[in-house]
Amino acid sequence: MTEWWTYRVRSFVLFSARTYERLIEAYNAELWPLQAVVWLAAVAALAWLARGPSAARDRLVLGGLAAAWSAVAWAFEYRRFAAINWAAGYAAMVFAAQAAALLWLALRSRVALRRGARIDRAGLAIAALGVAYPLLAPATGRPWTLAEVVGFMPAPTAIVTLGCLLRAKPARTPLLVVPIATCAFEGALAWALYGGRP
Amino acid sequence: MTVPVDRRGWLRIAGALVLAGRGQRATAQQTAVVPPSRLRPIPGSGERIPAVGLGSWITFNVGRDAAARAQCAEVMRAFFAAGGRLIDCSPMYGSSQEVIGEGLRRIGAAQQVFAADKVWVAPASRGPAQIEASRALWGLPRFDLLQVHNLLAWQQHLPPLFEMRAAGRVRYVGVTTSEGRRLNEVEQIMRSQPIDFVQVTYSLADRRVEDRILPLARERGIAVIANRPFEQGDLLQVLQRHALPPVAAPLQCTSWAQFALKFVVSHPAVTCAIPATTRVDHVRENMAAGFGLWPDEAQRQLMRVQTEKML
Repeated sequence: MTEWWTYRVRSFVLFSARTYERLIEAYNAELWPLQAVVWLAAVAALAWLARGPSAARDRLVLGGLAAAWSAVAWAFEYRRFAAINWAAGYAAMVFAAQAAALLWLALRSRVALRRGARIDRAGLAIAALGVAYPLLAPATGRPWTLAEVVGFMPAPTAIVTLGCLLRAKPARTPLLVVPIATCAFEGALAWALYGGRP
Repeated sequence: MTVPVDRRGWLRIAGALVLAGRGQRATAQQTAVVPPSRLRPIPGSGERIPAVGLGSWITFNVGRDAAARAQCAEVMRAFFAAGGRLIDCSPMYGSSQEVIGEGLRRIGAAQQVFAADKVWVAPASRGPAQIEASRALWGLPRFDLLQVHNLLAWQQHLPPLFEMRAAGRVRYVGVTTSEGRRLNEVEQIMRSQPIDFVQVTYSLADRRVEDRILPLARERGIAVIANRPFEQGDLLQVLQRHALPPVAAPLQCTSWAQFALKFVVSHPAVTCAIPATTRVDHVRENMAAGFGLWPDEAQRQLMRVQTEKML
């Protein structure tokens, strides 16, 4: 790609904001009320994380995150988003790899989600932001039908994962790459769809 | 092909003739060009196509949304009803090709369309397979025009495209770029390759191609498709903060969209502009810019001057 500096983020977005919103609305409608069930489970996991150390809890949380990334890869990226964004097929593969890595972490490694008081609190706060992500829709004047829930959409799933993995001891820095990249992509997408107009 | 000028269009033409008949002093503001036809010739063949076509970047990429697909079909129905022919697409545009194909079938316009698509893949050995996949999505026996999208691997794509043209499997061959990128390379291709079309960005706000590309197209007998005449809506958003300037009235422009489009299609080198839209009322408004009065060079200068400070 020559003259790359002449391209804006918007140059790479193939669809309109309205098309993207209708996609999310249809997706949410098709799966409702699963979102409520998963969201309550995420709240319970957060409350559990705030308590004392527990190896079983840590494995369950990592396993839950693996399931979340798998679900986003299959149900959103591959089956729906790829219809309007050919890059979503590649994202689905990357998310599936992230899911596999988290599952391995849950089953085979000795990682604990307890690193130190301050970083644990910071990680919990970030994870809580991911769980509270659905509130962003009404907070920005959009309907609840556009709410994005962990385990269903990339952004909240990435944020919750970041918060949990920040607490990981020993650190699992490579597993932070996909969540950070996802957050960056989602931020760029939001800017391209809703911002940067004359 | 006869272009169906609607009643409003004829009234506009008649109005201009009455002004002339009254012997009113011709000023730059009143002089208007009434070309004999609203069709523009493709220099290589002499075939004439309407000056306003239909783009599909973003607007037709609606995925599996049935209601949105139906809306796209209605946009196409209004487009053809207004005499439109050229629709432009690309494999880059997500589901747009599939949506266009479905629309053509739904409204029965396969015979009417001037199908312009692109090849966008590297290495170029994958080109034929991509072109065939695109053709199947459109549901047509062949494309009228195939273009190398954004010059990707053009050196390898053009020879097989020329072979397709010689064999009658495509009627015209071209290249595309946008937003003023790689214009030197486009010029080199225009000078050295027997292409029929070149697609470039040309609008009131982006006139970079006026200096060399458009004159070269006339010199070489290459048809020009102007993309992004509204800069993906940004140009109209800026202009709509202002009232239409004085030069708009004698040109019978009722909106900024028509003003911006008439500026583009009135350039003598431009064959067709391809604004994109999701709205039936907008496609009718766009098509109306291809009829009625077009600016002469003096009025085009006024259009530039009177909008300069707004941009």
